[in-house]
Amino acid sequence: MITRSKPVHSAIAFLGTLVSLAGLFLLLYAQFVAILQIVIYAGAILVLFLFVIMLLHARSGEGSVEKLRLQRPLAIVLSLALLAGVSFLFLQAGLSEAPTPAAGMGTAEEVGKTLFDHFILPFEVASVLLLAGILGAVVLSKKESWS
Amino acid sequence: MSDYLILSGVLFAIGALGVLVRRNALIVFMSIELMLNAVNLAFVSFARQLNDMTGQVIVFFVLVVAAAEVVVGLAIIVNIFRTKETVDIDDIDLLRG
Repeated sequence: MITRSKPVHSAIAFLGTLVSLAGLFLLLYAQFVAILQIVIYAGAILVLFLFVIMLLHARSGEGSVEKLRLQRPLAIVLSLALLAGVSFLFLQAGLSEAPTPAAGMGTAEEVGKTLFDHFILPFEVASVLLLAGILGAVVLSKKESWS
Repeated sequence: MSDYLILSGVLFAIGALGVLVRRNALIVFMSIELMLNAVNLAFVSFARQLNDMTGQVIVFFVLVVAAAEVVVGLAIIVNIFRTKETVDIDDIDLLRG
């Protein structure tokens, strides 16, 4: 995904990643999350990305001149270090075989029960956040007529 | 089980690499989304391991935050493109000292 030079190719590769992740969620007994992944990520967020890519298609590529010469090698080294650290932590945790899942794990019913039993306040805050996102998008994409 | 966690670590590292290396603002943004997805995968794996639904509920909140972030971020990128005619983040240096 990050090696393609054209943004559209990146977006399509990202779509493949998202669908594969949804499959992994299914394997992990998270059906509801898998559906959410397809609907929200592949259906909404990626379409938004594609719209913006098409909107900005003129000169949306990268210039050939690299301004910071050390950036690329340093970035590769640093992300490899990050990968090594995270993998070490996960392997050290020594997780065994997963237990047999509880009945109805990952269904919309169970997710809803947990959500509304223990996460009422975060749920409301999330709705306020979405409202703020809508308002922010409207304000930002408006032509500046008030100034 | 740790296979899933390693995969999520790999995805996160790829996303971080994308943020650091790429200079097209749109692709940088997609890399950020990739990192959020990696975290989602880790949450779901731990929910499976611990037999606890809380992890899956937190994925829901991550999705909400990602949606809000994409909407506002893309609006900002479109605005930058309108004024500067480019989305190359090396050319966006108005705050340079």
